[in-house]
Amino acid sequence: MEWQEVLKRLLQNKISLLGILIILFFIVVAVLAPWIAPPQDPDEPYLIPRGGWSIEPQPPSEEHIFGTTEGQYDIFYGIVWGTRTAFRIGLVVVGISSTLGIIIGTVAAYYGGLIDEIIMRITDVFMSIPFIIATIVLVTILGQGITNVMIALITFSWMSTARLMRSQVLSVKEDEFVQAALALGANDFRIIFRHIILNTIFPVVIQASMRMGSMVITASTLSFLGVGAPEGYADWGQMISFARNWILGVEGDPLHYWYTLVIPGIAITLFCLSWNLIGDAFRDILDPKLN
Amino acid sequence: MSKEALVEVKNLKTYFYTEEGVVKAVDGVDYEIYPGETLGIVGESGCGKSVTSLSIMRLVESPPGRIEAGEINFKGTDLTKLSEKEMRKIRGNDISMIFQEPMTSLNPVYTVGDQIIEAIMLHKQVKRKEARRQAIEMLQKVGIPLPEQRVDEYPHQLSGGMRQRVMIAMALSCDPQLLIADEPTTALDVTIQAQILELMNSLKESYGMAIMMITHDLGVIAEVSDRVAVMYAGKVVEYTDVDTLFDDPKHPYTWGLMNSIPKLDKDVDRLEAIPGSVPSPLNFPEGCKFNTRCPLAEGKCFDVEPPLEDTDGGHMVRCWRYEHLEEIKKRGERIYEDRGVQK
Repeated sequence: MEWQEVLKRLLQNKISLLGILIILFFIVVAVLAPWIAPPQDPDEPYLIPRGGWSIEPQPPSEEHIFGTTEGQYDIFYGIVWGTRTAFRIGLVVVGISSTLGIIIGTVAAYYGGLIDEIIMRITDVFMSIPFIIATIVLVTILGQGITNVMIALITFSWMSTARLMRSQVLSVKEDEFVQAALALGANDFRIIFRHIILNTIFPVVIQASMRMGSMVITASTLSFLGVGAPEGYADWGQMISFARNWILGVEGDPLHYWYTLVIPGIAITLFCLSWNLIGDAFRDILDPKLN
Repeated sequence: MSKEALVEVKNLKTYFYTEEGVVKAVDGVDYEIYPGETLGIVGESGCGKSVTSLSIMRLVESPPGRIEAGEINFKGTDLTKLSEKEMRKIRGNDISMIFQEPMTSLNPVYTVGDQIIEAIMLHKQVKRKEARRQAIEMLQKVGIPLPEQRVDEYPHQLSGGMRQRVMIAMALSCDPQLLIADEPTTALDVTIQAQILELMNSLKESYGMAIMMITHDLGVIAEVSDRVAVMYAGKVVEYTDVDTLFDDPKHPYTWGLMNSIPKLDKDVDRLEAIPGSVPSPLNFPEGCKFNTRCPLAEGKCFDVEPPLEDTDGGHMVRCWRYEHLEEIKKRGERIYEDRGVQK
């Protein structure tokens, strides 16, 4: 199936259209962030401005339309600039780890034998380490910060792509057109990149779009646990961790500080949901049995 | 023939090392291909005919396969001794190959033009625009109507016959001296088969190349070959020119193959089939490998493997009892039906 056809079907499918619209909305917010929420210090736009030094969150007002969270950090500003952080984490982590996975899986499957054996056992070792614990340990070693979070996420998330790619390549490399290309005198590099990868990439694309959401959630988890973004950095996970002490509200009014939790929660949920909707729709479109 | 051979295969042995044991897919095969001629290689499934051709191209998957012994002399160079890099220069350039399944031999994600252009640019130092012009010319030569349009179409937009034509165009785009055709017509309709064979014959004339035609179909052999090698269980059992083979088959296996084809001029109730199937390469019988299915086998056939002998003027047969077959043929008996096969 060609790309234009896939795109057309994505836009015709109501569910994926919803997903695409939400993503588009987030993209617009991310791109227009400097105008939607002008930073106080243009050199450090990711630092959330503080409306004071009091600990107690303040409800939405004219000055802070989403209210302020613990320590008077402006929630609106955090959400807007946090969108950029979310995209950055998602695209970089998924992009690099998928590329790594594609290369590792393809090499293992194409060359087979001992190379395959060694690569896949290394993959097994990485897979056997619990993901969250491994990333927490690595970030702790590397030091706090978004870049280190991304490094840790990449280090422990390429394995599923590698396995998926390996199984795909194993089946495609037996196809006659690969033999035909070999018989024409093509070298391994050309066969892998021109003939094999393009015929096996779709399942990886589906998986990557599903992982966009989960990587952002994991990064948020790390921030929530205190090993992610530094304090005051515009990151949705950190916004939720600010809400931790206020989730129970005050006596007799459990929803007193609802805005500290609900607003960043909605942002994360919508972001992940939309990528999953697109991934689901992608899978349905490309599954010949469901056509 | 006094001409110098283009390809000379000497005592080729290609073995596969599997977990169950060593599979001797090709076990001591000799033949020559002369410039401009068509050598037919015929045999049942699993007799090693495809593996011989893949050995020439050095495309036998390794592991588990390995060219164990023998020489493949192509214009004086032994292909078995070349490095992978040197071999890549020969593939597609000096020796090309077309495959059985035109449906899967083309990459579904590229246009046919892209794929022919790729083949041209791999071996010729030409610009893409020039390669495209040559691709269109090739499509025209293999009889594809509206080549300027077809060049931008994807394989799924073409019929099986058209795709096989595209494969031929791709294989011939660098003027090879040898074209290996591995069952090129098996997956096609009979009418299309005839067209493709005719096309290959006419291209052979105009390009002056040699063709190695691998098939299980004696009709195809009769149509295109100059000389024929009949293979059984990894060995050549009969090797001669095509007329002699059809007039006077000397090996009981060849004889059986010919009798298992319906003929228009003879009215028979039942076709004479060779009983059983090719023995598993993991446990070939002692002696002649055809002895499990041969109605004439006795004594020596079960102990010693016969050599490939020249019977008269270049008609090579690997059988101890081919003279016995002559007598039966003279009496007009049907050897497979009239005699039970000894097990």
